[in-house]
Amino acid sequence: MALIGSARRSRATRVPPVVLAFVLVPLLAEAFWVFWPALQGFYLSLTSWDGLTAPGFVGLGNFSEMAHDPVFRTALVNTVLWLLLFGGLSAALGLGAALLLQQERRGIGFYRAALFLPVVFSLVATALVWQAMYQPDGLINNVLSAVGLGGWRHAWLADQDTAFYAVIVPALWRQVGYVMVLYLAGLKGIDPVLYEAAKVDGAGRLQQFRHITLPQLRSVNAVVLSVIVIDSLRSFDVVWALTRGGPYHSSELLSTYMYSTAFQSLRLGYGSALAVVIFVLAFGVIASYLVRAFREADR
Amino acid sequence: MTVTHASAPVGKDSGGDSGTGSAAPRPHPRRPALGSRALRTAGFHLTAGMVSALWLLPIALVLVTSTRTFDDIAAHGVGSLPHSFTLDGFRQAWVDGGQQQALVNSMLVTVPTVLLSLGLASMAAFALSRYDLPLRRALLLLMLGGNLLPPQILLIPVAKLSEVMGIHDQLYALIGVQVGFGVGFYVFVLHGFMRAIPDEIQQAAVIDGASPWQIYRRIIMPLARPALAALSALSFTWIFNDLLWAITVLRTDTRMPITASLIGLQGQYVSMWNVIAAGSVIAAAPTVAVFLRFQRHFVAGLNLGAVK
Repeated sequence: MALIGSARRSRATRVPPVVLAFVLVPLLAEAFWVFWPALQGFYLSLTSWDGLTAPGFVGLGNFSEMAHDPVFRTALVNTVLWLLLFGGLSAALGLGAALLLQQERRGIGFYRAALFLPVVFSLVATALVWQAMYQPDGLINNVLSAVGLGGWRHAWLADQDTAFYAVIVPALWRQVGYVMVLYLAGLKGIDPVLYEAAKVDGAGRLQQFRHITLPQLRSVNAVVLSVIVIDSLRSFDVVWALTRGGPYHSSELLSTYMYSTAFQSLRLGYGSALAVVIFVLAFGVIASYLVRAFREADR
Repeated sequence: MTVTHASAPVGKDSGGDSGTGSAAPRPHPRRPALGSRALRTAGFHLTAGMVSALWLLPIALVLVTSTRTFDDIAAHGVGSLPHSFTLDGFRQAWVDGGQQQALVNSMLVTVPTVLLSLGLASMAAFALSRYDLPLRRALLLLMLGGNLLPPQILLIPVAKLSEVMGIHDQLYALIGVQVGFGVGFYVFVLHGFMRAIPDEIQQAAVIDGASPWQIYRRIIMPLARPALAALSALSFTWIFNDLLWAITVLRTDTRMPITASLIGLQGQYVSMWNVIAAGSVIAAAPTVAVFLRFQRHFVAGLNLGAVK
């Protein structure tokens, strides 16, 4: 008894040096590759830099340039639209799929796996699969002709009006399964007694959904929302592989514009400033995610 | 719109034969007749089957396209039914398209990155969850915060940093940044998992004279196996599928991983859809294999750190 007591006390007061190293080594790796570069990124956003000569300090010049940059405006609007469309639809469809496939029954594993399989694909492979479908002589146009909608045939990715939406579909195809998994876990956590009680009280299915399912999913919703916003702002691969932001920047996102500005136009200062805009957009989500994590770590 | 639409079949399920309903054999006030139940089951399989078919269709299409000849595609279009069968597209992507090398590169990056980042993360998580370090919580959140940063803010400095260190265009640089960027999330998840392990187990080991390293190696790590398996499966796909970091720190084509090589293939074999499709199949095969083999862990991994 006394031994256990002293063991606990010593654990509280004296941390063995090797344990300190356990934390410090990973922390240093992250500091070197993440925190230090991030600080540099913020600094570079205040400079004009071609990557060869020394960066020249321009203050907020890059940000005032954005105000007059039509491509930036397109990319910003598209990013917000991407967030709403990609985010909203993947949440709605993911929840729908989870509700459809929540009950354990015969064959359910196959259906879940089918919706889930695209999640493991790289976005690049996903994009190329869909590029084949979008071709002028591809499956989508052929199906349209077959069902008598031949007038809708389209060069989906080459048209400024459709390219952006054509890029969202593959991203959704891949994301829905992921969101479904999160919601399936959430639905599993709801106590079935609640539904029993509601049924006894005569609640209909819609009422059960509104008054039990949705409120019970609150914490999952918060996670899905954070995942979606962070994923949206990071979205790069699928656009890059399909259109590189074109045609005429119609499918440009802030992330693709940042990449091409920095590494193709070699305007590293302006690219950093664009990255700061992405960071600012993401910051609210990051902060709220950390607050959630803070409470959890406390537990 | 979708939500109300989708709520209907669920309502049916919970109304018809919900878990508690069938488990407890007491008479239910509104138990549906046997016929309508069969109808509902049929309706469910019809809906779910159609959705699944729609989801699998692009995958089936790419598999079919990858085995067609170029002449067939040129003559009938990429969206037509196949008129030929050949594995030549795979040979072209594998040999001429350089995907063999690219796949090797991807594995050379992915496997060490997964091992290294999970190794480091488990150590940090062990220290943070099992010892009263000063600033424990702040450190944990700082590390998680680093992972949540949009990578775009890091791209330019990381590219420069690897240049200054002389490892630009080397796979080491990619491993380094992938470990540094990913480790925060793994620490966070593993910390939550290790915190749940009872104190008494560790205390018993301390009394027996076990060192922190022995406790970590012999007690905590084996107990954290489920979380480690889940994170390994998950991080394998993340790192294997990455494009952004790879094209930021690598330059030479022969050093590029499979994702970047696939984009190269797209430029090199314009409208040769059999080769591009074959390349996509090759690029997807390893992660699909991991998924099929570790499906349970993989799905658990997605939920770790998310739904608690």
